[in-house]
Amino acid sequence: MSRVLMKGNEAFAEAAIRAGVKCYFGYPITPQNEIPEYMSHELPKAGGAFIQAESELAAINMAFGASASGGRVFISTSSPGLALMQEGIGFIASCEVPLVILNVSRGGPGVGGIQPGQADYLQVTRGGYNGDVRVPVFAPSSIQECANLIYECFDIADEYRNPVVILADGMLGQMMEPVELPEARGITPVEKINDERPWAITGTDNHPERNVVYSLRLDPQVLENHCFDMFEKYAKAEKELVRWTDQGLEDAEIVFVAFGTMSRLCVEAIELLEERGIKAGLIRPISLWPYPNAAFDKIGKNCKVVISTELSMGQMITDVKTAVQGRWPVSLINRTGGMVPSSIEIADRAEKALKEATK
Amino acid sequence: MKTIFEPTKGMIPVDTSYCPGCGHGIAHRIIMECLEERGSLGNTIGVVPIGCAINAHHFMNVDMCESTHGRAPAIAAGIRRVHPDQVVFTYQGDGDLASIGTAEIIHAAHRGEKFTTFFINNAIYGMTGGQMAPTTLIGQKTTTSVNGRTVEQAGLPLRMCEILSQIDCAVFVERVMLNNPANVRKAKAAVKKALDIQDARLGFTFVEFLSSCPTNWGLAPKDALNYVGQNMADYYPVRNFKTPEGF
Ligand SMILES: Cc1ncc(C[n+]2csc(CCOP(=O)(O)OP(=O)(O)O)c2C)c(N)n1
Ligand code: SF4
Repeated sequence: MSRVLMKGNEAFAEAAIRAGVKCYFGYPITPQNEIPEYMSHELPKAGGAFIQAESELAAINMAFGASASGGRVFISTSSPGLALMQEGIGFIASCEVPLVILNVSRGGPGVGGIQPGQADYLQVTRGGYNGDVRVPVFAPSSIQECANLIYECFDIADEYRNPVVILADGMLGQMMEPVELPEARGITPVEKINDERPWAITGTDNHPERNVVYSLRLDPQVLENHCFDMFEKYAKAEKELVRWTDQGLEDAEIVFVAFGTMSRLCVEAIELLEERGIKAGLIRPISLWPYPNAAFDKIGKNCKVVISTELSMGQMITDVKTAVQGRWPVSLINRTGGMVPSSIEIADRAEKALKEATK
Repeated sequence: MKTIFEPTKGMIPVDTSYCPGCGHGIAHRIIMECLEERGSLGNTIGVVPIGCAINAHHFMNVDMCESTHGRAPAIAAGIRRVHPDQVVFTYQGDGDLASIGTAEIIHAAHRGEKFTTFFINNAIYGMTGGQMAPTTLIGQKTTTSVNGRTVEQAGLPLRMCEILSQIDCAVFVERVMLNNPANVRKAKAAVKKALDIQDARLGFTFVEFLSSCPTNWGLAPKDALNYVGQNMADYYPVRNFKTPEGF
């Protein structure tokens, strides 16, 4: 298919439809409203079903029902909406049911604002759900990358039988970029569901044993064993789902670490610093969990400072420090509450951080 | 030899986890008998609640899933979108449905969801040990209303059939009670009708069972059944609220 110019949110919705989504459930929240709007008219045409849920609580639980019964499900929301979904996400993970969730995040805390923000880093990587649950999280930095990730994450969710979150800040949802959309895969017909998902509850006529999708395990030993099983899966995820890109790490004095929109600003800041005779590089985590710790081993011996660059008060910086393991000083360049720094501001603050680190 | 009684294949032949005299077992059985009689056991998907009946999937011989507390109607709505042809139901207690899950049940009715909700109203939170529910009667003693529920402190009990029957797309709404064999037979007829109307895809279908929780009411099983028939039926009229034409 040829490249088309599309608004991020619409491209994300279309990518999900092409991935073979049977159901989408959503509740309006800016800056992702174009997704439920697009789904409401386009998904039924593709043979899928749309419900405008009465709340995000309902949306996540509708998603559970549809997916537990074997449908491929996509939901989207923005920061406060994701907060409401947390119980559901933990429950779905515990039931080992797949789901792809797109969070087009905005500035917080609380109701916050509607401008782009990255202060959901901890919410998506640590979650607000109870219990030992991990959720793979991917953070794209372009509309194309987000569309590709949405398409691919359905396979990841199916393979791991776990929710997967894509964190795209409001900038990606609202801007327009050329995008090449993946090919349509079609929806699995209802009579084929148990071939692909033998565990799905479809009616006992459709599979040899009765199926039950459940989370309650009152016997502590059984519950512990379940946690151990889930963590075997998560150990595999930590090996197989790690993703990042990097540039200029070998001789960089400054290494930026940034994801999503912020990483694009860092690329510009790196050019500005080069004009000033300063070598800077970038680690762009794509998987936020599992975190790309291995990327930091590529940092060369010229490095003086690693800078976590975020649209929050500094949330990813905890993971950056863990990955750095004391090898270099770590500092923070950040704006928050929907404020986005210019590349000049980033370059200036990075130069200052370099001076301080070499003082 | 002629068989005069057989347990329904809809119930898995194990002991249930319910207390003696509890209404859950009776409600389970009549729902499962109806599903068996109409040949639906193999194409039914049920959603169990948070509450004593979370265990229902150990007893009901159909495909089932658990739910988060109160959200079973949203879950069933999702299931219905994937399975247009199956029988879909939720089974919910009064803490689950009439307290934490009010939004989901109202909006399932509002959208005219094509599934059936079986609502077990025992006027108390059973599983957590007998706290007050929105359906607890005035004067009824619970662990969070030790001197009896008062209007001043907690308002008047919520009547779900009366609320739901105001919603246009809820097409079948009936309250039944599980206090004696004759009323159990009537309850079964309501279950059957609800499932037939679900088949016709006319809208949302709802059956409320006035049910007993002898354990948390502090009553012997027989006294608990009398409490259902007298005290509960006094406040919660047992009747049909709504039936579509032709049923
Ligand atoms: C989010 C959440 N809040 C509270 C609970 C605890 N809880 C378990 S069962 C229950 C009440 C169930 O009462 P009811 O719906 O009346 O069913 P019954 O046990 O009486 O059949 C509660 C509050 C929970 N599991 N999850
Ligand atoms: S506690 Fe009450 S509702 Fe629960 S099983 Fe016992 S009698 Fe039934």
